Amino acid sequence: MNPFKILHINLTKQKSRIEYVSPDLAILGGSSLAAYLYQEYGLLSEPANHPDQPLIFCLGPLNGLFPMLSKVVLGFKSPYHQQYAETHAGGRLSLAMRFAGLTALVLTGKLSDLGVVEIAHNEINFYSTPFLKGLDVYSTGKIVRKISKLPSGKRSILRIGLAGENEVPISCINVDTYRHFGRLGAGAVMGSKNLKAIVIGGEANFDLESLVDLKKYTQLYRELYQVITQTKAVHKYHDLGTAQNIIPLNELKVLPWNNLQKTSNSKIRGISGEYFAQKLLLRKVACSGCPVGCIHIGVLREKFGQEHEYLYRQVSYDYELIFALGSMLGINRATYVLRLIEVVEKVGLDAMSAGVILAYVTEGLAKKIFTLKQTLVNLEFGRPGPYEEAIFYLAHPPNEFWNTVNKGLRYAIKRLGGEDFACLLGQEMAGYATGENYFVSQALGFRHSHLDTGAYSFDQKSKQNDLDKALDFLRTEENYRVVFTSCVGCLFARKAYSWEVIRDTLAVVGLDFSLQELKQAGAKIAGLRWQLKLKTGFDPAMVKIPKRFLEVETFKGKINPTYLKQLQQSYAKYIQELAASV
Amino acid sequence: MKRLRAIDMKRCIGCYSCVLACARLVHKSFSWDKAGIQISSSGGLSTGFEATFCLACDPPPCAQVCPTQALSPRKGGGIRLNSKNCIGCQKCVQACLIGAIRFDPDQKKPIFCIHCGQCTQFCPHQCIVLTENQTKKDQPNESI
Repeated sequence: MNPFKILHINLTKQKSRIEYVSPDLAILGGSSLAAYLYQEYGLLSEPANHPDQPLIFCLGPLNGLFPMLSKVVLGFKSPYHQQYAETHAGGRLSLAMRFAGLTALVLTGKLSDLGVVEIAHNEINFYSTPFLKGLDVYSTGKIVRKISKLPSGKRSILRIGLAGENEVPISCINVDTYRHFGRLGAGAVMGSKNLKAIVIGGEANFDLESLVDLKKYTQLYRELYQVITQTKAVHKYHDLGTAQNIIPLNELKVLPWNNLQKTSNSKIRGISGEYFAQKLLLRKVACSGCPVGCIHIGVLREKFGQEHEYLYRQVSYDYELIFALGSMLGINRATYVLRLIEVVEKVGLDAMSAGVILAYVTEGLAKKIFTLKQTLVNLEFGRPGPYEEAIFYLAHPPNEFWNTVNKGLRYAIKRLGGEDFACLLGQEMAGYATGENYFVSQALGFRHSHLDTGAYSFDQKSKQNDLDKALDFLRTEENYRVVFTSCVGCLFARKAYSWEVIRDTLAVVGLDFSLQELKQAGAKIAGLRWQLKLKTGFDPAMVKIPKRFLEVETFKGKINPTYLKQLQQSYAKYIQELAASV
Repeated sequence: MKRLRAIDMKRCIGCYSCVLACARLVHKSFSWDKAGIQISSSGGLSTGFEATFCLACDPPPCAQVCPTQALSPRKGGGIRLNSKNCIGCQKCVQACLIGAIRFDPDQKKPIFCIHCGQCTQFCPHQCIVLTENQTKKDQPNESI
């Protein structure tokens, strides 16, 4: 396989250079390439907003070559916890980077004014755009499309909103309107670089006959395409989408409601995946290079005038958004959820963190730990209007209170209290109150994401607590996922891409590894990522899981605090050993 | 003769599988440029997708302007290319008013839809189909 082409752009000097790195088991691409490049160019002891901190966008060896290999890994130092972090996004970015001729893009430095950088296979342009200051994500996208010289359909546009500009540690990078580098504050890092938007695309092409065994490749592509489009392997992501989980998880008593004071609610139908699909689903779209079409776009029709004056908005939704800006806030009407999602999108916040923080503020206000003088709006579970205002406060804080809570629960509880009811698992929780295994997995997981290991499914399948089985699950899942996100695959594709399929697809592009070698590579890549996270301040043994999680009662009964503690200790030990092994 | 038609682009999810299939199977290329079908969004993803490909004009204006007769009319509409005779003048590219002919800067030859239908096998929503050439009244392109 050809060496990876890596474009480094220094935004301060507006100069770039190209580096070539040969892929191997240690530098497979994606997650592993990002960790390798951060190790080379990251500033471990400097803060996340230091101008020389890199934003590292990475593809892997298979992006675009096979269906659902359509994600991009972003490695960066997170302003949320000042640790090395990863976030993943799809949209059109994967193909756009590929046909810009790049495997990775490393951005360092800081523009002198708010600006846009445009990258194509044969040009790099810098635009000074102070007029974009304060503009929302949608408006920014519209204007950047006018600025860009790249043709429609062959470019990807990344941009930040007000939250990113204000370097809010829970701000996201929006990718092509409907996708995001969502968690852990990458938007703030872009903001710290005065970078409002990145446009990337181009018309590079690769001769397949020199790249792959064409006959084997086209056959394997066809087989995978059929598995993905004609079997049940990933069907659910297209049909109702992840929102199909709303009713089942509510029935299992694992769907967080009202800041996790409850785990089910009889008034579930109004925010169910079925309701969204039947009443509000406008259409579905896909990431480029993926035939699934998992992006569900709802339509919000609103009356805006005295007479028959209407407008409509298109808002993408999925399970996590319905949880964070629906059930977690006690909201049980789908249109209200879409309204809140739209506000979050426009200001460029991470939806999960925003919703969970607002739930914390709401409960704190009810408990009189916070005052109306601090919150400025009277937040109550189930009332959407005040939440719209509060979302704006998170992005653009009007006082010290909002300037504290918008740094995340981890920061807020040290200054404002409420540790017992803060739904904090490393960062704001994802929508799974499934039990001990999930809580430990997110609290200690590398990305503090439900996708680190998918332990919510293990919780649902395992009938009783078994420490060895749980640890084995966490290890095995992390091992597989870190290899797949090095390729870089979408984790929705995991049922289509077994270890054997990953091996075969890599072999087609000339990366011949045995299954054993791939699994060993997974351990090394995971180890390197953990090493970077530990070096930048993470101590898995010191993670605290708030009391609220111990109060949860699921379909399996009450949480077992002893088991939870044992699992946390064992998993922390495993993480430390893995980090030390590389 | 069969020809490609976009029968319902409102179903399109923008996956680019058709574009990648044409590049992969017809042009032996990993590309979203070297393909006879192009997908674009006009004004962002919220507006949906358009497909651009040869509409099988009969007679084809692109062939009429070809100075070396490298492009010749295809039976039932559209064109065929005799590469040996093509001098890479790009007059055909300019003659196609809808931009369905692209120019391959490496090979110095035009790229256009040859109505082979390979792309249709990779459209998950059957937005594009290969059908027998009938009158436009009977079977119009829904959108391009």
